[in-house]
Formats: sequence, C-alpha cells, structure tokens
Amino acid sequence: MKNRVAIVGAGMTLFRRRMLESPKELSFEATRMALDSAGLELKDIQSVVSGSAPDAFDGMHMKGEYLLDGTGGIGKPNQRVYVGGGTGVFTPIGGWWNVASGMYDTCLCVAEEKMSPLHPHPQYAFWSIFDQILERPLGTTLLWIFSLEMRRYMHKYGIKEEEIASVAVKNKGNAVDHPCAQLGAKITVEDVMNSEPICWPVKRLDVSPPSDGAAAVVLASEKVAKKLTDQPVWLDGVGWTLDSTHWTNRDLAYPEYVEKAAWMAYKMAGIKKPRKEIDIAEVYDPFDYKELHHMEGLQLAGKGEAPQMAVDGVTQRDGDLPVCPSGGLLGVGNPIAAAGMMKICEVFWQLRGEAGKRQVKKDARTGLAQAWGDLMQVGTVAVMRS
Amino acid sequence: MPLRVGIVGVGYSGFDSMTPGLSTRELMFEAASRAYEDAGIDPRKDVQSFICCTEDFWEGISITDEYMPDQLGAVLKPLCTISSDGIVGLATACMHIMSGIADVAVVESHSKISDVLNPDEISSFALDPIYNHHVNADPRFVAGMEMTRYLKDTGTKRDHCAQVAVKNKKNALLNPRGVHGANLDKRAVLSSKVAASPLTELESSKTIDGSIVFVLASAQKAKKLGDHTVSISGIGWSSDTPWIEDRDMAKAVYVEQSAARAYKMAGIRNPTTYFDLAEVDDTYSYKELQSLEALKLAGKGKAGKMVESGTFDRDGRLPVNASGGSLGVGHLLEATGLHRVLEAVLQLRGQAGRLQIPRVKKAVVQSWRGIPTATGAAAVLGN
Amino acid sequence: MNMSQKITSYPGHEITPEDVREGKYLDVVYKFEPKYSWAAGVAISRFLAELKEGRIIARKCMRCERILVPPRMYCEQCFRPTDEWIQVKDTGTVNTYSISHVGTDARRLKTPILVAVVDLDRATPGMGILHNLGEVEPSKIKVGMKVKAVWKSSSERQGAITDIRYFKPIGD
Repeated sequence: MKNRVAIVGAGMTLFRRRMLESPKELSFEATRMALDSAGLELKDIQSVVSGSAPDAFDGMHMKGEYLLDGTGGIGKPNQRVYVGGGTGVFTPIGGWWNVASGMYDTCLCVAEEKMSPLHPHPQYAFWSIFDQILERPLGTTLLWIFSLEMRRYMHKYGIKEEEIASVAVKNKGNAVDHPCAQLGAKITVEDVMNSEPICWPVKRLDVSPPSDGAAAVVLASEKVAKKLTDQPVWLDGVGWTLDSTHWTNRDLAYPEYVEKAAWMAYKMAGIKKPRKEIDIAEVYDPFDYKELHHMEGLQLAGKGEAPQMAVDGVTQRDGDLPVCPSGGLLGVGNPIAAAGMMKICEVFWQLRGEAGKRQVKKDARTGLAQAWGDLMQVGTVAVMRS
Repeated sequence: MPLRVGIVGVGYSGFDSMTPGLSTRELMFEAASRAYEDAGIDPRKDVQSFICCTEDFWEGISITDEYMPDQLGAVLKPLCTISSDGIVGLATACMHIMSGIADVAVVESHSKISDVLNPDEISSFALDPIYNHHVNADPRFVAGMEMTRYLKDTGTKRDHCAQVAVKNKKNALLNPRGVHGANLDKRAVLSSKVAASPLTELESSKTIDGSIVFVLASAQKAKKLGDHTVSISGIGWSSDTPWIEDRDMAKAVYVEQSAARAYKMAGIRNPTTYFDLAEVDDTYSYKELQSLEALKLAGKGKAGKMVESGTFDRDGRLPVNASGGSLGVGHLLEATGLHRVLEAVLQLRGQAGRLQIPRVKKAVVQSWRGIPTATGAAAVLGN
Repeated sequence: MNMSQKITSYPGHEITPEDVREGKYLDVVYKFEPKYSWAAGVAISRFLAELKEGRIIARKCMRCERILVPPRMYCEQCFRPTDEWIQVKDTGTVNTYSISHVGTDARRLKTPILVAVVDLDRATPGMGILHNLGEVEPSKIKVGMKVKAVWKSSSERQGAITDIRYFKPIGD
C-alpha cells in the first residue's frame, strides 16, 4: 500500500422517517459538519466519493449526479460507489482507495438516503431488486429473504426467537443516548415477541425503520492527517465481497461473503485473532438476527454462538465486546447508505473517546464497522485504529 | 504522480441494435470470456477486483450489482458498482492496483438498451425533479440549448457540426462494430428531422446493445501477461455543476478538468501535437468539437474549421473518431467510454484491421455521461 | 478541544405525520413509468418453455458435476459454459419458509402468503428455487418437509414461474 489513510472528521444529520431537507440539503449538512470537525474547507478536498442505495428511493435517475452540489463534488473527481445495503461502509472504502493509491491526499466521503419520497411505501423499491422473470411475479418483498434467512439460521443452530429479540432490546436501548436516533427506546424481549408478525419469524420490532438522513467523513493521507489532528483514526483494513446472484442456491445459515470480506480487511490490518483484537464492532443490524449472523461471519463468534453472547451481555456497551454501541440501524434508524456511514462515524467517535453518553466502558483501540446488502450477498468491512 | 497500469485484455459482445437472443448476463459472459482469453487469465484465480459501471434504471433492476458476479467469474470476490462512465471504472481499477489490493482488476460495462421500451422517460427522470422535470420534452432539449450557446460563443458554423456526423458515419463503414455507418453529405445531415433545434436526428447518436470487458494489471504483472500491453499513463474525471442553468454551456468544463489531470499525470505539456489518435465524445455532433477544444486538441472556436479542412479525418493530422465514434458505431450508455478505449487499444496494438491507422503510438480517449450530466473522463494511452 | 465539544447540535428538521396532514410543506408528485421488455436469454427462455409443458429443466456443469436450477448457460464456480439440459423433479424439500403478512408495498394482507425456498429433487443438494406453499396450515410447515408442485392446467400455463401455483406437502 502506498499511503496509510486516516479519518480526520465526521458528521451526520438527524435520522427521521421524513425530513424536510432535500437529498442535496441532507448531503450538505452532513458534509459541512464533517469538514467543520476536521477544520477544513471544500477547497482543501481533492476528491469526493458519494454513496447512495437505489435511485428508486430518492426518486431520480443518476442520483450521484443530482447530489453533486450537496456532496461537494462540483469541479472535483467524483465517484458514486454502490453495493446496495453495503454502500454505507463501502463509501469510505471508496475514499480509502482514492487516498491509499496516492492519487489524492484528501477525500470527502458522503452517504445519503432519502427514502420518504417513494409512495406508497419505501419498501416498494425493494420489489425491483428481485429477478424480474423468476421472482417478481411471485409478489416478492424484501422481508421475504430476511425471514427466510432468519428461519434457516434458527433451524440450523436451534436458535430461539427470544434470543434474537435481545439484540433489538439492546440496540434500541443504546440509541436512547444517540442525539440523532429515530427509534431509541427502552423495550423488553416480551415487547418484541408481542409485536405483530409482519413476515414470520420477523416481527415489527425485529426490523429497522425506513429513514431519511446523511452522514459523512473526511479522509486524509498520513502526511496531511498528522498536520490536522493529533488524534487521527486510521482506516487500516478494508474488505468487500459479493456472492452469487443465485441466493436460493446458497447456505442461508452462514454469510460466507462476510467472512471473505472480513479476512480481506483483517489481513490488511494485520489482525490474526479478530475476537481478541477487535475492541468494538458496529455490525450491520437492519434486522436483529442479522447482527448475530454477521458477528459469526466476522469471526467475532463461532457458528451458532452469537445468540448466547447477546443473551449473556457480552455485546452490551459495558461488555467485553460492545456491538452497536450507537444503537445501530434498529435504534438510530436506517437511511440505507447513510446508516452504514453512521457506523463508521460511531467507531470514529468511540476510538477518539468522543462518544459522550455512548462511550463504551473498555479502552477501545481497534474498531470495526460492517454492512451487508443485495440479495443476501455482499459484505463490506472496515477496520479502524486509534 | 506517475501511473503505471497496463491494459492486458479486452473482450466485447453485442454491438447490435438489439440482442433479443441473449439476456444481459449472457451478453456479459461472452464479453468476459473473450477478455480473459485475450489476457490469458483465469478470473477465478487471477483477479482481485471486479468493477461494473451501471445505473439501475437502465437495467430495470434496483441494486444491479446483485446480477453481476456470476457471469464475470466474480463469485465471492471483491466486486462493486461505480455508477458512472466506464472510464471512471478504469480509473477505479487503476487505484485498486496502485493501492496494492489488486494485481489484476477487471472492468465491465454494458448497454442492453433494447430491453428498455421508453428510454426518454428514464433520461428525463435524471432532470432536477423540482426545477427542470416539468419541461415535458425530448430530453435532448438540453443538447439543443448547449449547441446554440456553443455555436454563438465560438463562431462555429452549423455546417461544421454536420461535417462531424458525415466524417464519423463514413468512418464507421470500415468498422465491423459499426451499426450506424453511412455515406452521407452535409445536406442530408442538415435536412434530417430536427431533434432539438438546432440539433438534427443524424447528428444524434443512436443507442445500441453491447458489453465490453477490460483486464488491467500492474506494470510488473503486465510483463508476464501477453505481449500486447497498452499502458494507461494518465487518467482524470470530473463533474461540472448539476444545475443546468448554472453551467457555461459553450464549454465542456468537465473535459477541461479531466484532461488537465490526465495530462499532468502523464507529463504532457503540449497535447495539441502529442497524440496520434483521439477517440472522443460525439454523442451529438457539436460535442466532438466542444470536447476537442476542451482537450486542447484544437484552439477555442477552431475545431469546426479543422474538421472542415480534414485535420480530423482518418488520413488527417490527428484522426478523431476514426472508429466511427458513437455517431457511426452507436451509443452504449455507460459503456460508451469503454468503447472509445476499445477502439484506441485495437489501434495501438495494430489489431484494428481495415480501420488501422499507421504508426499509432499515443492516443487520448474521452467520454461524457450524457444528458443531463456535466460529468466526463479522459485517459492517455500508449504502447 | 475535541470534536464532540465542537458539535453543539445535529442538523436536520423532521416532518411529522401531523405536518403532512396539515399540508405544512410542499412536495412535487410524479409517477415514474419506465417500461421494459427484458430478453430472458438462452437459459431462462428454455426454462420458461419447459414450465409451460409442466416440467422443470436444469443445466449441468460437467467439471464440478453440479446440476443447476434455475438453469444458466455458464457455471459461476468453474467459469465455463455449462454442458447439458437435465430435467429435475417437481418435488423437493423445504429449505426454509416464512409467513408473509404484508404485500410488496408493505400493506397488510388479509390472508398471509406462505413463502419457501424449495430444494428440488435430482438437482444438486441445496439448489433451491423461491416459491409459494399451499394446501397447508401455516403452523404445520416445517423445514425439511417434502413438497410437490401444483401446476396450473396446460391451457392456463403461459411459460412463467407462476405456471406452478405453489408447492404442497406430500407424505414422507
């Protein structure tokens, strides 16, 4: 690798079901905040990477072009990177290669999603992610693949719905302390179990909400970062992997694509024993079981063993391996790409000891953020160090 | 910063008005298989990064990267979408190679426009939803406005634009990939139906189907792969404002910026006399002239006269779109940039057949993402 | 000064459902209607034609010896063309299932849809397709349950995935 890459600033907007700000305005707000926190102006930025999931949400073709004035991309080399739900964590990975390659010294990474414009419901956009000939005629919804995967995961390892529900309880509880959170709440496992089934085994409180929001970070080469701050957070490992399109031909109980992405990032960061070396993890949690499923793929838990860790409190903020101390997608909200970037921001703040009420108890030096997407198919992983 | 990346393989499929027998994925498999054969690699073992350049609505699928890995040999490998022109995909591959995460990287882009029944609806959907979308017209009205301003500011003649269409369509008659080749005169071009005044139909490129795959490698790895490596020595990409009303419509500012970065990287001080070949944006006739000026291959307002005098003909001082370009071959949506690179690579390798221009050693390629964007990219190629 | 101290508030303004009802903010309404006619391609065209005849067809890769369904003309593991057509059975095993109470637009359904990945017999183990279940009580569905396709009548079949109405349980 040519250049070591640091994160030197972060920003995000409120996450809400519906925001007044336009997609451009949301992008601008998060970007401005990230620049301010780094003590930089747009003229100091050499390249821009933007991330946003389907154009169908915001409701325009070539969304990356439309967003340009909000993301600070005018007159600059701009790339919109895109791997479905994995886009949020992939956006700073895109920034990483802009800087690590030596092509640019500073890169602004902005993730935005405004899901509320799509009517009657943002879920409708997910219908068009399915195979147009073999699957859409069956009336597919995104919930189907999650519930099918959750059921298979439960079946293979004998996992109970209550164990999975404990993740929703933890994350929504953590989100109470997040100033941007949409659904922070103190709830119980019974609340989750009693919430209406929407696509059994998935129930209302197992799921993150649709949201509007944006988040951004500023990346800099080592040389520039050291001039800007004495507390850079190093982006030391990045990884991403896509599995086959044919999701019905795969072992749904284990996310091999997450494992492959994780090892790509771990190798780059020199991590050999992830469970010992990772201090905190922002694991992708659009559904509560997904956090557990992904912890296993990330090698932070053995196969089928993540649920017990959640039940035992290992993944609480004061636990041995805090997972989603931000409150995750389940608590803070899920504006798809922005939600993944929120996880990057959270690890950044945690590693600098700036997470306020959310600060984990242990001395966290190495953190991880991960996102997932497509047809149970893509893993994106970033390893960060203080 | 010097760039040291080699193009070691290329393959393509389609290049037809429609490809009803093949699905998008099957079309891609053909192109990929040929590219890997050309490079002498096995994608399952030798490639560390795959990049696709696509936009959802052209496919009719949200999150199109879902449908990309299998036919590229990319299952359980790093693959991503860059929602941009293929040359930005090549730039991404260069960065992957330079950052050390890949020795070999693959870039794919395609057009399956024959699957789309109302492409204008999609193009219009890229206009600002609040300020511009209410203009209920063929989206080429944006090109018409640009062309008007370009002609006025530069003093370029209407005839000069028509000559671009005449030249490129004629060149395409020699190209086996050329779908829209024709032997026309300026009068025929100018008297064809008006698309968006002053732009006529024969000055507007027509979309075709096709998939193009490139295999890129680090300089070190390229030495071991084949014997016809073409090197990328400079690459740049840029965007002007998304607000159509705010742009200087006479100029392709995004090309000026892209070219400045690519030339600087390649250490080129006098682009005007540096190149043996140029494959540049000719989505619309005036775009070629506007782009040539932005690329500094012609002085401001001079490109029109130069095309008129034959400077850019196949046997002229600087052949421009000797392949036939988009006007003669056809437009491939986000794969258009890769098409231009393909034509330049075949020339640099000496494999262009009847199209071959003698002694081509240095080429410049440049692309534009189309209406309503002001985004483009440029690359410097050599052998 | 650390960054958190610099941050005094997080930007953005929420629009509440009340705001919407009161018409407090303006929006621009547009119905986007892209139209497509997707070429099914070599593999899926044959697959659909076989469905019309009441059969399920797969492709075999001779190198990895997998029988692939849905069929494709290339093997994604070996990256080579697949070799031959193989008819698989219209019976199989429930790999996983779900009971869906909502439709594509997230509206609540009166009768839930039963969804499953069905691993088809004679295809390589684990080669499933997505489809619906029928003629079964939701509470009786089990992972590992044997099922069989219930076809539309030959006059009703159009060469579509919906030529199979659903899969129904059969005894072990």
